[in-house]
Amino acid sequence: MAETQKTEPLVAPDVLERVLAKGRSTGAEFAEVYIEDKRSTSAGLDDGKVEQVTSGRDRGAGIRVVAGETTGFAHTSDLSERGLLAAAEAAAMAAKQGGGGVNKVQLGSMLRHSVNNIKISPDGVEKSRKVELLKRADAAARAVNSAIVQVSAGYGDSLRRILIANSNGVLSADDQVRTLLRVSVVATGDGGMQTGYDSLGHTIGFEMFDENDVEELAIRAAKQAVTKLSARPAPSGSMPVVIKRGSGGVLFHEACGHGLEADLVGKSASVYRGKMGELVASPLVTLIDDGTMTAEWGAIGIDDEGHPSQRNTLIKDGVLTDYMWDYLRARKEGRAQSGNGRRQSYQHLPMVRMTNTFVLNGKEDPDDIVRDTKHGVYIAKLGGGQVDTASGDFVFGMTEAYLIENGEITEPLREGNLIGNGPEVLKDIDLLGNDFAMGNPGMCGKDGQGVPVGDGQPTLRVKSLTIGGTAA
Amino acid sequence: MSSGVSELQALADSVVGLAKSGEQIEAYVSRGGETSVRVYEGEVEHFVSAQSEGIGIRIIKDGRTGFAYAGTLEADAVAEVLAEARDNIQFGTLDEWAGLAEPDGVAQIPQKFWDEDLANYPTDQKISITKELEKLTLAADARVRAEQSNYEDGWGETAVSTTTGIRESGRGNSCYVSVATLADDGDEAQTGFGFSVGDSPKEFDLNKAAREAADRATRLLGATKPASKKVTIVLDPYVTSQFISILSSALNGESLAKGRSLFADRLNQQVADARFTLVDDPTNKLAYTATDIDGEGLAARRNVLIENGVLKKFVHSSYSARRMNTQSTGNAVRGGFAGSPGVGCLAMQVRPGNKTQAELIAAIDDGVLIQDVSGMHSGVNTISGDFSTGASGIVIKNGTLGAPIREFTIASTLQKMLLNIVDLGNDIDWLPMRSVGLSLVISDIMMSGS
Repeated sequence: MAETQKTEPLVAPDVLERVLAKGRSTGAEFAEVYIEDKRSTSAGLDDGKVEQVTSGRDRGAGIRVVAGETTGFAHTSDLSERGLLAAAEAAAMAAKQGGGGVNKVQLGSMLRHSVNNIKISPDGVEKSRKVELLKRADAAARAVNSAIVQVSAGYGDSLRRILIANSNGVLSADDQVRTLLRVSVVATGDGGMQTGYDSLGHTIGFEMFDENDVEELAIRAAKQAVTKLSARPAPSGSMPVVIKRGSGGVLFHEACGHGLEADLVGKSASVYRGKMGELVASPLVTLIDDGTMTAEWGAIGIDDEGHPSQRNTLIKDGVLTDYMWDYLRARKEGRAQSGNGRRQSYQHLPMVRMTNTFVLNGKEDPDDIVRDTKHGVYIAKLGGGQVDTASGDFVFGMTEAYLIENGEITEPLREGNLIGNGPEVLKDIDLLGNDFAMGNPGMCGKDGQGVPVGDGQPTLRVKSLTIGGTAA
Repeated sequence: MSSGVSELQALADSVVGLAKSGEQIEAYVSRGGETSVRVYEGEVEHFVSAQSEGIGIRIIKDGRTGFAYAGTLEADAVAEVLAEARDNIQFGTLDEWAGLAEPDGVAQIPQKFWDEDLANYPTDQKISITKELEKLTLAADARVRAEQSNYEDGWGETAVSTTTGIRESGRGNSCYVSVATLADDGDEAQTGFGFSVGDSPKEFDLNKAAREAADRATRLLGATKPASKKVTIVLDPYVTSQFISILSSALNGESLAKGRSLFADRLNQQVADARFTLVDDPTNKLAYTATDIDGEGLAARRNVLIENGVLKKFVHSSYSARRMNTQSTGNAVRGGFAGSPGVGCLAMQVRPGNKTQAELIAAIDDGVLIQDVSGMHSGVNTISGDFSTGASGIVIKNGTLGAPIREFTIASTLQKMLLNIVDLGNDIDWLPMRSVGLSLVISDIMMSGS
């Protein structure tokens, strides 16, 4: 099924050439056409009922024209040659008033970098099978404990076909299939309500459910909620924090990931500006951003500027080795792109974004890391986070956490945020496990745009982090 | 009605006209455009000019719901959306309360959402005020840099029609400017922002936006991490607005119906300090999110939610109202054509107190003025009520402001915070958010630092 969809480009190359030429008609040096055709299906179950199945179709083109330091951008949902030419003219006018000149654009041959081989394209799967997953998740979660009072589950899949052509001759296409399942659970007890959440998301098709167990996911979410019913208030103040494998990649996403995006560095809005070649983290830390990581949530065949995704080493043994780049920022520095130019949809301009960001394995046995910690907090699941890249201060939520007392994981803790400063926290990582795992699928927001990202890390310890609890 | 709007209404009507026997159909059609200008170091960094449109169709038959949308109004796509929505019905579970809103006789309070000056505002002036804002910001303080100066405007037309007799349409436009700043002091950098909104660019206060952006970035220079302790906090109006907004989900009638509201079983009980009165009033034209209709096409209306600390009302859509055997409060919310309606507060307002922020601060011996919070999405659980956010601000000692502090958290529970409200300011600020802002004093907050 996936194969047949690949045969015909969304817009013919000769039309793209004329549209790009129109984009450069006011004298701009660069024009780009981004075509997107996305079909999605989602289904939601809540309160024991499948509330609604939704089918969505988003289709259109974004046209970017760059003249000097100025980018003009226009988008349209009209993919006819007339519609594309009108948008190209608007973008060209936006980039530069006046100027003028005739520019011919010749595209190279089409490069396809499909992110992976989809075994079962979701659009070929009966909707009833998708809905069935939700019912199974609901039943499994409710069966865990009579304290479970509410379950909500969501299924989503999308087939996003993109085609990118630019005046440098680039012509690339990718079909990106993503599949997601999430479960939220509410449990109630004497101390009020508590929540549990888990999710599963990959850049693959419906075969995701052959390789992963829906019931297991639902049971994990339910147990999390039930465990928290007996949770005590989280401590306040600074102490050692052990973060379980595959649950804390968001720490690196916030502590340094955003700060290594070249657009922020270029405006000196990052605490990591001017630090290339310097020790910015514990020598234990090697940080990678890898868009080629097949099947992971942040995987892409090409980025949203048509550049093939790649594996980039950002921090090597604690030393800053590179930032992440898109076309404009790389052009300005006279260097190569790194496959990190991404956008939410054809209605958005691309900018520097992460893909799958993770820390490589260390040497420690994860059990030893806990045993070595006399008093601290063990985090089994992190929530979202937020960073101020200029100061480096960042927060991230803990949705499942426990006390560590005398080297043992003991009582569950209520939710809260942790706060730290990126460069300080990176240097404070003093133990790194040998049990690497990727974490839950994430949506990263920047400048109003959301893109799917993955993260991962082995179990690790930060010598000192501030826990935002209420207990003295 | 403009010709664009009547065209959309005609399209919505035509879809509804295709209802088969036993089907309820709702068609929601919208079209809009935006201009976005960003200036950096005196040059236009980007200029975005774009239009979009789309349709969402909801069909209910025999208690089952199907929905589909497309980001285009081309005829073939509309036909496909209708067919998909119809196909999706069979997968829904029978829900005896499923149904569309019906006209309830509540009259709309007319408001003005379209500004002709804005619609005719020339492009070159959009660019020049964005440059002007950057210039004013840089002039405000020598330590300040501008990361980006922005002008944004947008317009939209919507129409909704249903087989149950709802037939509403309208159009509106809006604009704002904003600037993001950086302040440097040696190795340290701090960030700030400022903004100004208005019906048209004529109402912008560029000087105020520039000054606030410079102040926010510089006031934290040299800030240190405080020691952990219990404190009384004063939330700046901008922070209070975020705090009030998160109460929306606890006051949501659908959350209540599904057992997710921390206010369940608390109707007519004391849930907040007696000084606290909370109203949702989208008919107040001062509110940034003011509207005349809700997401289902019913008239927007004023609802008193918490009065003198007593919980008086939950907000409802027609669906949650049917489930709870009550009437819709006109609080259906929808995020455009791609979604079906949910429930939420529309324009939250708090009854102000009678003191200025300075007077509130003067009454506090040991506290913190909270000027910014982070991680509202990751550290606040509106179901359990656990509240924990990152924060920065200024120490209050014996009634006066002292040194700046940062990299700490403030924590409590939403339930306790409402009961621990000590005082409210008279400094109402109609921020471009879902809730109004004012200074709010809350006691017994755990501040966590070193």
